This record gives sequence, C-alpha cells and structure tokens, in this order.
Amino acid sequence: MTANESRLDSIIDEYNAEPGSLISILQDVQAEYNYLPEESLEYVAKRLDIPRVQVFGVATFFKAFSLKPKGKQQIHVCMGTACHVRGSKKVLEELERKLEIKAGDTTTDGEYTLETVNCVGACALGPVVVENEKYHGQMTPIKVESLLNSK
Amino acid sequence: MKVISANKLEALRTEILAGKDLDKPCIAVCGGPGCLASQCLEVRDAFINEIEAKGLTDKVDVRTTGCHGFCECGPIALIYPQEIFYQRLSIDDIPEIIEETIINNKTVGRLLYTDDEAGQLVETEGEVPFYKKQMRLILGNNSKIDPHSIEDYIAIGGYSALAKVLGGMQPMEVIDEIKNSGIRGRGGGGFPTGRKWESTRNAQGDIKYVICNADEGDPGAFMDRSILEGNPHSVLEGMIIGAYAIGSNEGYVYVRNEYPLALKNINLAIKQARETGLLGDNILGSGFNFDLKVNRGGGAFVCGESTALMASLEGKTGEPRAKYIHTSDKGLWDRPSNLNNVETWANIPLIINNGADWYSAIGTESSKGTKVFSLVGKINNTGLVEVPMGMTLRDIIFDIGGGIPDGKAFKAVQTGGPSGGCIPESLIDLPVDYDRLTEVGSMMGSGGMIVMDEDTCMVDVALYFINFLMEESCGKCVPCREGLLRMGEILTDITEGRGRMEDLDLIQDLSEVLKDASLCGLGQTAPNPVMSTLKYFRDEYEAHIKDHKCPAGVCTELITYSIDASNCTGCGLCLKKCPAEAITGETKQPHVLDTGKCIKCGICYDVCKFDAVIKE
Repeated sequence: MTANESRLDSIIDEYNAEPGSLISILQDVQAEYNYLPEESLEYVAKRLDIPRVQVFGVATFFKAFSLKPKGKQQIHVCMGTACHVRGSKKVLEELERKLEIKAGDTTTDGEYTLETVNCVGACALGPVVVENEKYHGQMTPIKVESLLNSK
Repeated sequence: MKVISANKLEALRTEILAGKDLDKPCIAVCGGPGCLASQCLEVRDAFINEIEAKGLTDKVDVRTTGCHGFCECGPIALIYPQEIFYQRLSIDDIPEIIEETIINNKTVGRLLYTDDEAGQLVETEGEVPFYKKQMRLILGNNSKIDPHSIEDYIAIGGYSALAKVLGGMQPMEVIDEIKNSGIRGRGGGGFPTGRKWESTRNAQGDIKYVICNADEGDPGAFMDRSILEGNPHSVLEGMIIGAYAIGSNEGYVYVRNEYPLALKNINLAIKQARETGLLGDNILGSGFNFDLKVNRGGGAFVCGESTALMASLEGKTGEPRAKYIHTSDKGLWDRPSNLNNVETWANIPLIINNGADWYSAIGTESSKGTKVFSLVGKINNTGLVEVPMGMTLRDIIFDIGGGIPDGKAFKAVQTGGPSGGCIPESLIDLPVDYDRLTEVGSMMGSGGMIVMDEDTCMVDVALYFINFLMEESCGKCVPCREGLLRMGEILTDITEGRGRMEDLDLIQDLSEVLKDASLCGLGQTAPNPVMSTLKYFRDEYEAHIKDHKCPAGVCTELITYSIDASNCTGCGLCLKKCPAEAITGETKQPHVLDTGKCIKCGICYDVCKFDAVIKE
C-alpha cells in the first residue's frame, strides 16, 4: 500500500488515537503524503475504532483535504471578497488557460495543482496568488506569465 | 521560570523592565500578512545584515512584529524610540536608514509618509492621517512587542489583569465587570459576552469548556489572524480570566488551517505561559487550574458557527445543530461550553485592568469599546483599522481610508462578510454599531469592510456571495442547500442576460424562506447580500434584465470589447498578449478585434496604453 503503517501509527499515537483528534490526524497524514491515500483512511478508522463513514465524511467535508495526489507546485488563487472586487476571477481564468487545467485539477505531468482558496487574509494586497508558500500581491492576468516563467 | 504568585509576577515585570534600555534604538519590522506579501522578511534580513556589517549588533535591536495595520504602505518599519514611520521599504533603502537614522539621528525624507492634504512629510506613526483618527486599544501593542516573547508582553503590563482577577476577585465579580462593560461578541452575532459567561457558569456540570473561535472564515477579514499572530498572549490572558469566571479548567483554540503563523505563535505562547506558571495547575498560586489545546480547522466556513465548530472539535464533520438547547448548557461533548472569538478574548484584559466604567464610556449606547475592521477593496489606504464604535462610515472610509483610488466614485461598502449586506452612498453617514448596521440590512459580522466603486457590479457581488455560501453550505438542511443553489441559478441567469423581471420577486420570496427556515446562521443570513443589493441597487438588476447591460462593465456575457481605430497606434501589444488570437493588424496600423473569437478576458483592455480598447 502507498501509506506506510508504521508512519501512520506514529502520527496516530501522537494523538493517543483519540477519535476527537481525527481532523488533526488527517492533517498530519496529508502533510506526510501530500494527499489522503484511501488505505490511510481505512487504517485511521481501524486504529481510532470509529466507522469508516465518519473518516470518509470528514475527509470529504473539509476543503483542506484531498483524496487526489497533488502537483509538485501548488498555486492557490485567493477568491476572497477583496480579491474578487479587484479582479481575481480574471487572474484565475488566465492561470486556467496557461496551465490548461481547471481549478481543483493537477497538470498531467504532475507539476502544478491549481486551487482556489476563500481568503488567505492578505486582503489589502488583493488579488493574491499563493505559489507554494510565497504570496504574490496585486496580481493581474498579465503578471501570470512571469509568475509561471519564474519557475 | 515559574511565577508562583501575583507578587512574583510583578517582580518579574520589574526585572524585565530594568533590563530594557528604552533609549536603545529598535527597528520594528511589520511581519503582518500584508507586509509578508510585500516581502517584508527580506527587508528584515537586510536590516540585520547591515547592522552586523556596521558592527552595531549590540547597539540596535531588530524586532519582527505582528501587523501594524497599514498594509497599503508595506513593508513598514517603525524606528524606536522616536517612532519614526518608514514605509514602502525595499532592501536597497536599508543601508541609508542605518547610516542616516541610526548613526546620524536624521530622518530619510523619501521614505517618510506624505500627508497629501497637508502637503508635507510626516515623521512619526501618530501623525500619519491613517492612524490619527484610530483608537488602537487592541492592535496598538502589536508594534511594541515581539509576539514570540512573553517577556515583551509582560513588560507592557501583560498578565496584570489575570493577577488582579486571581488575586482578589470572585468569579461573579469578574462576570459583573464584563456585563457592566457592555462588551458584545466580536465574531458576528454580537451577543453580550458577560451574559454568555453567566449562563455557562450557571449551567449544570462539573466539566466546562472555554473555546476561542479563531476560524476566521469571512472572506475579506483578517483581524483575528493579526491579533493571534501579533499578540497571542492577550488572547490567552482573556481566556484564562474567562475560564476562572466561568469555572472551567479546560479550553480549546480552534485556528483556521490557512493561518500557519497564527498557529505557530499561539502554540508558542501557550508553551511559554505554561513554563511561566500562567497556564496549568495552581496558576499564580491561586489554586485555579486551567490548560488549553489548539485544534486546526479543516477549511470550512460553516465551522465559524458555534455548534459546527464544536462538532469539528469532536472530530466530526462540521454540521451545525439546532440550538433549542444552548451551547452554554450542552456544547462540546454535551458539556457547558463558552465560545468567544479572538477579538472578544483580547478585549477582556483591557476591561479588567481599566474597569467597566472606562470601557463603557467608549462607543455608543448599545455597542461599547472599539472594533477592528479590515478596510479593503477599492480604497486608497487598505489595512486594519481600529475605531471606537459609532464612528461614521464616512470617517472610516474617507478620513482614515483616504477615499477611492483613481478618482472613481464610491458606490457601496459591504460589511459583515457573506452574512452582511451592501450599504449605499446615501447611508455613508451611518454610525457603525451593531444595531445601526442591522437596521440597514447589513451586520457587524467579524468586521470585514469591503469598499466598492463605480466599477463594481452589485449583481455580480450578490452572485459572488451566493456562490460562496452555496459551496460552504454543509447541506444538512433543505432551505439552505437547495435555496442557495436556486438563487445562484437565478442570479447567473441575470448576469448572463437571461433574467426576467419576475425573477426579482422569486429571489425575494426565496430569501424569506431561507431566512425563516434555515437551521443555522449561515442559511438564515445568506439572503442579506441579495436583499440589500436588491433594495439599494434595483436599477442595476433591471439594467441587466431589461437592457442586457452591465452598467459597471463586469458581467462578461453582457460586455463586448472593440478597438477604436482613431486611438490605436498599432503598437501590437494587445495582439501579442491576446490568448485567443482574436486581434489582427499590421504594425503601426490600427488593429481589429474579432468579437467572434474574443473570450473577453480583458487583457487587451488592461495592456493598452492609448485607451484604444473599448469595453461596453
């Protein structure tokens, strides 16, 4: 299996296998694998002794979780209100055109994942694009090309 | 070192202050979210390197602080002790600041802020018009402390309110003080904090919880993030006081996953507070025990709702439940639970230290104290502002915010996040407090204030919020799940030119149903952005429906781009940038745009330097 049981055990043990820590455990699992492999969810359910439906429910309810592997480079386009009124939609559309994927998808070469985020809290500099963990403020469709080329 | 009594805390404070040389220059670099996006850390590192290169390491301190508020001018640095305000810094400016200001004690004119109205440069932060009208009780300390240092917090009087409470106030006295202060919840609902505490205190049960809601989900609001990042101990102190008053020994801080620095800082603060004896068993020798855990949110807006947040803390999906039984009686794990948001908790030490009378003298009849707003959107001075309740929208937007950029006209201000509404220009003199905002169809919410100008389409704004809420609806109750979907469809039709006049009545009806029949606050307040825009900007809806026009030029289906041959110089820039190959033309000859191929991305309009691209 993709998920290594001893690695999962060490994450789960850190939270004493408490069902109440399910979200934190899944966050750590995702940090480890970059996504939530299906087997890991089953394993977590078994170790916490809770129904699988609860684990799958949580994993699909919260935006922070992904059941699909993500690209090496992650691009998040902030769609908060402040960014919206300053034209974030156009920035997203240009990124979708340039990367030839829709928001939420990963390029076929596994290089980029393009996602939207509701607000990154850097509203004053909207529209904001977060590339890996770096913030780019006052983005425009024209700046998209240089953002991607700077890689 | 553990501090085992209030006296020992005072001794520690005296010791810390004695070790501080107040005349020693200190460069406080703003490390708030806005400045981080302006690459302030490079500026900070440049300061450190330059100070080292000049052999001044022992003579000058560099401090990375939380948000100073004036994001528009980032990166920002304040030079203590003079409090010189330098703005829009780049790494190339740093050697000059060290040479001129630190060594020669002179200011660098070109890096100071220009007060356009007075037509002069201003030297200190207090003279900058953006700060002048503010009352920064909560945010003001951000620039004075290193959020990673409990000593800094203690030096400015931190934990003295806790010492006062544990040193001689009965829990009910604390609750009375909070009740008399008149403070209401800063998270959205505006429920009186003291009454909430009292209900939880009076509820049956041995184990009670206090919870800090730091799941700041309102798009366009970032004050809780800035408080938690910039002054985490103020939130902790408020929570410990609350726990004592309520009779709770366990607490949770629920932090939004998108805020990694806030998570780091609150975790560090908790660790320091434990080591200092301010959290844990027998706090300050009083016999009172209290400890805290931090949980990360999973990125769901609905988890800002108290019952959904508590479900999430239990490791379940964040679905709210009906509140026939209040969370003060049965909340987390079915035990009495008191939830307040970050800003509310940060107000508590102030109230205890200065007294309820002092606090209730600030603000209006029904809304006391100050409120932090994130002033963003189409405004010159974007950033976080803190003002006394009751200040008018005009004062906030024009005096502090400096008005609208590029000479555009002000159209509306949106407050209260997705649960709030859009307030038109005719109400610009409205004093901002809980009740006045509700009266005009909006709400305080957590304090987002998004300014819109003539280029903002109000139908598009309504659709934006409905789409947001549709995605964030947990899906448990039908009115919210299905109602928002239908509302989104109707609004999409209007923005794409398929709207009918009777749709406006249908939206109105749907809004009433959502308001009356939804399970939680998300659905109940979801119609606000639609109702308020329909009330104040009905003409824009009608223009979309009757004339198939978007007056603000936003709704792509209703606008066309063309090239004005008389202005076009044939520079070829639009042709080169057009992603759809819709523009043709010879160099130095007027170009032509094929509307059949045009995807209306607007890039040609943005790149043209000769106003030759027309949008209509």
